[in-house]
Amino acid sequence: MATETLGADAAAAAPGMPQLDFSTWGNQIFWLIVTLVVIYMVLSRVALPRIAGILAERQGTITNDIAAAEDLKVKAQEAEAAYDKALLDARTEAHRIVAEAKAEIQSDLDAAIAKADAEIAAKAAESEKAIADIRAGAAVAIEEVAKDTAKEIVAAMGGSADAASITAAVDARLKG
Amino acid sequence: MADKAETGGLVFHPMDQFIIQPIFGGDVTWYTPTNAALWMGLSIVAIILLLVVGSSKRGIVPTRSQSIAELAYGFVYKMVEDICGKEGLKFFPYIMTLFMFIVCANFLGLIPTSFTPTSHFAVTVVLALAVFITVTVVGFVKNGAAFLGLFWVSSAPLPLRPVLAIIEVISYFVRPVSHSIRLAGNVMAGHAVIKVFAGFAAIAAVSPVAVLGITAMYGLEVLVSFIQAYVFTILTCVYLKDALHPHH
Repeated sequence: MATETLGADAAAAAPGMPQLDFSTWGNQIFWLIVTLVVIYMVLSRVALPRIAGILAERQGTITNDIAAAEDLKVKAQEAEAAYDKALLDARTEAHRIVAEAKAEIQSDLDAAIAKADAEIAAKAAESEKAIADIRAGAAVAIEEVAKDTAKEIVAAMGGSADAASITAAVDARLKG
Repeated sequence: MADKAETGGLVFHPMDQFIIQPIFGGDVTWYTPTNAALWMGLSIVAIILLLVVGSSKRGIVPTRSQSIAELAYGFVYKMVEDICGKEGLKFFPYIMTLFMFIVCANFLGLIPTSFTPTSHFAVTVVLALAVFITVTVVGFVKNGAAFLGLFWVSSAPLPLRPVLAIIEVISYFVRPVSHSIRLAGNVMAGHAVIKVFAGFAAIAAVSPVAVLGITAMYGLEVLVSFIQAYVFTILTCVYLKDALHPHH
């Protein structure tokens, strides 16, 4: 709208295309060159290196982060493996301890049983010996009683017999 | 509108928006601050705001303006790298300057009542000639006389080559012309058409259509502003590729 209000007098001054009004070319070219030089300076000195830096930094950060993530992943896998191994170790250890305890108990039990058996055997032998003693004692006593009785019977019947012959006779009888 | 009411008829001045006006009055000499100078200066300000102030926080996680700055950087950087290869990256600040200037001047020119420096042949001819001279100088400095191989199409049959060479030479010298007129022509035409629609808007009967037309053209111009900056930049890259690798 502004150009229209200006337009009335300006249009008269510059008929046709203002682009072909060569009197303004010098001015435009001068300002264009100034503009381009300024933009070139700003871009090549400040803007482009800075943006390139930002992009490189971001690329670096992303690469580092990915590497770090991969590291952590590997570490996690290692930790998992270690955990599994520890679990396995603990389990075998537990099995070992259980087996050991079982064996120990078994050996204790075996020892106790053996000891008890031995004691029982000793006791049995002792008893047998006592019985044998008693039996032997009984046999001697019977012999004695038989000799005494035989002597008394011989005496009572009026016979006189010496002790030695009676003993021999009783012994012979006892053997027979 | 006021003078239309006074003259009582339709007055079209679609080209008046392109007139170079001295800001402080007086004649237009080579150093006079004009509206062209003002809007070129504003495009510098816009570029500084976007690329320098916008990236000043150097955030790993970018802010909105920083991410636009990075986007612009990446866009042009990738374009130069893809087309010209690694050697072309020396010219990246130069090409970035061209792109940022054109895109900012175009977009600032879309502000109503503003002035668009890139609608003037004086500006685009200088830009295109700068590219043309750069490409020619770089071509001869890097390749010596072998740069002339650009015009000698070795893949064509031998009898055709001289003819093709003439065509190639002509097309080479037409490059700055097409390069500059494409940009200024597109920008100027769009702005002029908007102005014509605005003139029709003074007639009550057709004004809704005219206003719709302005809106549609404005949308198109937003597109054109970017696309023309892109086209100018990509053609610069293509020409530069010819200078760096002259063999087809």
